[in-house]
Amino acid sequence: MRHLLTAALTRDEAIELLDIAEDMDQIHERDQKKLPALRGRTVVNLFFEDSTRTRSSFEIAGKWLSADVINVSGKGSSVSKGEDLRDTVTTISAMGVDGIVMRHGASGAPNVVASWIPQIVVNAGDGTHEHPTQALLDAFALRRRIHGDASRGKGLDGVRVAIAGDVLHSRVARSNALLLPALGAEVTIVGPPSMLPPGIGTWQAAHTTDFDEVVDSRPDALMMLRVQLERQTGTFVPSAGEYIGGWSLTPERFARLGGETLVMHPGPMNRGLEISSVAADAAASLVLEQVRAGVSVRMAVLYRLLAGRTDS
Amino acid sequence: MPARTVLQEADIARALTRIAHEILEANRGPESLVILGIPTRGALLAERIAARLGEITGTDFAGRTGTLDVTMHRDDLARTGTRPTHPTRIPASGIDGQTVVLVDDVLYSGRTIRAALDALTDLGRPAAVRLAVLVDRGHRQLPIRADYVGKNLPSAASEHVSILLAEVDGQDAVTIQEGSAR
Repeated sequence: MRHLLTAALTRDEAIELLDIAEDMDQIHERDQKKLPALRGRTVVNLFFEDSTRTRSSFEIAGKWLSADVINVSGKGSSVSKGEDLRDTVTTISAMGVDGIVMRHGASGAPNVVASWIPQIVVNAGDGTHEHPTQALLDAFALRRRIHGDASRGKGLDGVRVAIAGDVLHSRVARSNALLLPALGAEVTIVGPPSMLPPGIGTWQAAHTTDFDEVVDSRPDALMMLRVQLERQTGTFVPSAGEYIGGWSLTPERFARLGGETLVMHPGPMNRGLEISSVAADAAASLVLEQVRAGVSVRMAVLYRLLAGRTDS
Repeated sequence: MPARTVLQEADIARALTRIAHEILEANRGPESLVILGIPTRGALLAERIAARLGEITGTDFAGRTGTLDVTMHRDDLARTGTRPTHPTRIPASGIDGQTVVLVDDVLYSGRTIRAALDALTDLGRPAAVRLAVLVDRGHRQLPIRADYVGKNLPSAASEHVSILLAEVDGQDAVTIQEGSAR
């Protein structure tokens, strides 16, 4: 594995990363949160889209591994002066950095960037395509809640995960639909008909538009997707009321889950739209564990890609 | 050339029992001792030594035993492919003010122990750090020595020393083989 562009990993690759993340996760309990593994390496966070949590999570991960981390955002840089993507990344590449963590609004942008420059590239979200570290952190948080300290070496075999909401615009859903089945999970996709992507029949997942049926099946985990108002170009549901009526995790639906189903959300949450506060703040909610897992998983990815020789 | 067995199961058992006694003698009792094994085989040896310390002193050493992964602190990380990491488990007492006994299977160049000393520094400030190894095969590249040695095994750099432990290898033995790649 030279880059991390997709969550389409083999089971062995995924478990190796999750196990390294388990070892990295211990740093949260320490007073001295610094490991020397990436001393002398430089990582650029190149974000062409707004992001607070993913960018800061990658920044913390790199810094805890002693890498020098530089943040470059699309706004305020020469990108907003109309510089071509290729010129931007080859310029940063020529400065002698070791890795680029990249978020871009165009699906597939990290793949072409990886073909232009010799450095390793980590996809931190590309358009409506993929967000592989989000899928890894979701798998990590889920595995940890299910298996605890005995997580190492395990997959998510037989774990029933439902992914609900605006699947069409969700790179989180796409990456999870690749990674979770590779780990043995049984995935169901549910959302309004207008928000299910064409070709969903080819995904390694069941799909339906009936959210109430999914709720009543009491899956082991229910991942609520953010309604991405900024990414929608047309009208996909007539009103917020209709969306809440059909596909929101309301207090009433949350009660019907029975308390055993783990509730996940990639954040930032639209409370009261796709998820109610009762569900988001419940003991069954994994939301903050997902955030913590994000740092551990990103440390594992940076370690895996950058700690060894990077010229092979 | 076939591998020659230099320590058998009973020899290893005796060596570990002796090391346990020496640790207690040097530290005048079990208080403030923390036994940390370096994964993977050093961690298994640490558990065995801790079990003997428990038998000898009649106290439970499980809560004073842990593992210390040194992978992230190695000086050859950037020269090789990425190495897998292992868990670090530090006893609840922590290591501040304790006498930490590091346990590893083979002492060779000394670089693993240097990395271990760095890793310990990140975790706290022990009162003292000691080193116990099952085999010391010489060829040090750093000024490091062991306090407790199961067997001094003079060897050529071209020879390969293998530590087999029942927990992972199905049997206990130390073997030496001429000329295999290392």
